[in-house]
Amino acid sequence: MAQQHELNTQISLPLSKAVEISFNSVKIRFGRSLITVSGIVLAIAFLMSIWAGNAIIDGLMDAGDPKINLILQQKGLEIDPDSAAAIQQRSKDAWLVVLSLLVCLVGIANAMLMSVTERFREIGTMKCMGALDGFIIKLFILESTFMGAAGTVIGVIIGFLLTALLNMSSFGTVIFDHLPMIQILQDGVKAIVIGSFLSLIGGILPAYRAAKMEPVDAMSLEV
Amino acid sequence: MAAEEKTETNAEAEEATVVRTQDVKKVYIMGEEQIHALKGVDLEVTQGEYLSIMGPSGSGKSTLFNMVGGLDKPTEGKVYIDDVDVAQLDAYELAWLRCRKIGYIFQSYNLIPVMTALENVTLPMVFAGLTSDEARDKGVELLTQVGLGERVMHKPFELSGGQQQRVAVARAFANDPAIILADEPTGNLDLNTGREIIELLRQMNEESGVTVISATHDHKMLSVSDRVVWVRDGRVDRIIDRDELKIEVGTIDGHE
Repeated sequence: MAQQHELNTQISLPLSKAVEISFNSVKIRFGRSLITVSGIVLAIAFLMSIWAGNAIIDGLMDAGDPKINLILQQKGLEIDPDSAAAIQQRSKDAWLVVLSLLVCLVGIANAMLMSVTERFREIGTMKCMGALDGFIIKLFILESTFMGAAGTVIGVIIGFLLTALLNMSSFGTVIFDHLPMIQILQDGVKAIVIGSFLSLIGGILPAYRAAKMEPVDAMSLEV
Repeated sequence: MAAEEKTETNAEAEEATVVRTQDVKKVYIMGEEQIHALKGVDLEVTQGEYLSIMGPSGSGKSTLFNMVGGLDKPTEGKVYIDDVDVAQLDAYELAWLRCRKIGYIFQSYNLIPVMTALENVTLPMVFAGLTSDEARDKGVELLTQVGLGERVMHKPFELSGGQQQRVAVARAFANDPAIILADEPTGNLDLNTGREIIELLRQMNEESGVTVISATHDHKMLSVSDRVVWVRDGRVDRIIDRDELKIEVGTIDGHE
């Protein structure tokens, strides 16, 4: 009987198990996850296309080839990086980047919030099984990280490919001769880091909200 | 280890109280109105008994049930589970209690839809710290015990309602709890399937000596209950023992 009164706190969810559960959860709700992921893909692809576009143009300008310079000027692009028009263009790009990131953050937060809302019952059940708040947060953050990572990688690839294609149609294959690979790779890594970070931020709030619910409330809500 | 404990406690089953409520009151505030869901309930549940809580909807039955299961805290009064005041527990202790001491069965089964039957049953074991291998073996054993040994890898949507509820029963028994709380376990099932689930619960109750508390308005439940508590208007209306029950309903149902 003494054993029964000894209330300790040995409730655990090993990380490997949490990873397994949340990964399966993303995989099984594939269609649903795809919609969430596509929001991230779009935002990151947009970000990446701006960066990659700039990198490609910079590469062409640095080449100093008079023939290319002529095309650049025909396109209305300022060759002199210190000219007023070029500075204006750069600040416009920066705004676009910030906006795309905001859209990305809102998109992920919204998708995660919905995925939490439609799973109130499941969360309540898990809490009845003895899940701590931390388990729920862990599971949802892992889920959003998986989706964020997948989404950003796809976004980076799509963004780069589309930009390369677009620029190829205006400048021809010459862009590949002057492609600043290192710059583009750096941009790609930056975009992946930012995308994953944003999905983490977007996932935390809904996860926290889910975890704080009392099981009774979670179960009685009809969603 | 758990088995030893059980045989020991079975012997003193007559005296041991698992759940005790002391003048429990619950008030919900809806806007400016106060709703007194429970108006002072005293109830003692003894170890190993099969207790049914009956009452119309809105009677406070569900509220009482949630209190007894440690899912809700009373506005006034105390609830003791295994002589521990539930209101005094912190989040970790409460989680431990729900994980190790109490098994829940719900009207709508509440299985995790993306997990197989086996994963559903082993989830509480994972929380309790069992290794994957131990959990799997025990999970298969439990599922076999409820008659689903062939369907361990099925997802909930591949199972019928009755089968899903069997998985839920197996899950409730995952960590050898002291109490099984069943909230309208037959509410979504047809007559025969419902009866099967009730008989399964009764059988497991007799085999393992676990206490079963069930909220219901299913009269099939009466025939297997040791005691029936009627709740009306936030109070315990009457409590009827097994012996009296036999006379009252046993003959009508044709069972027992």
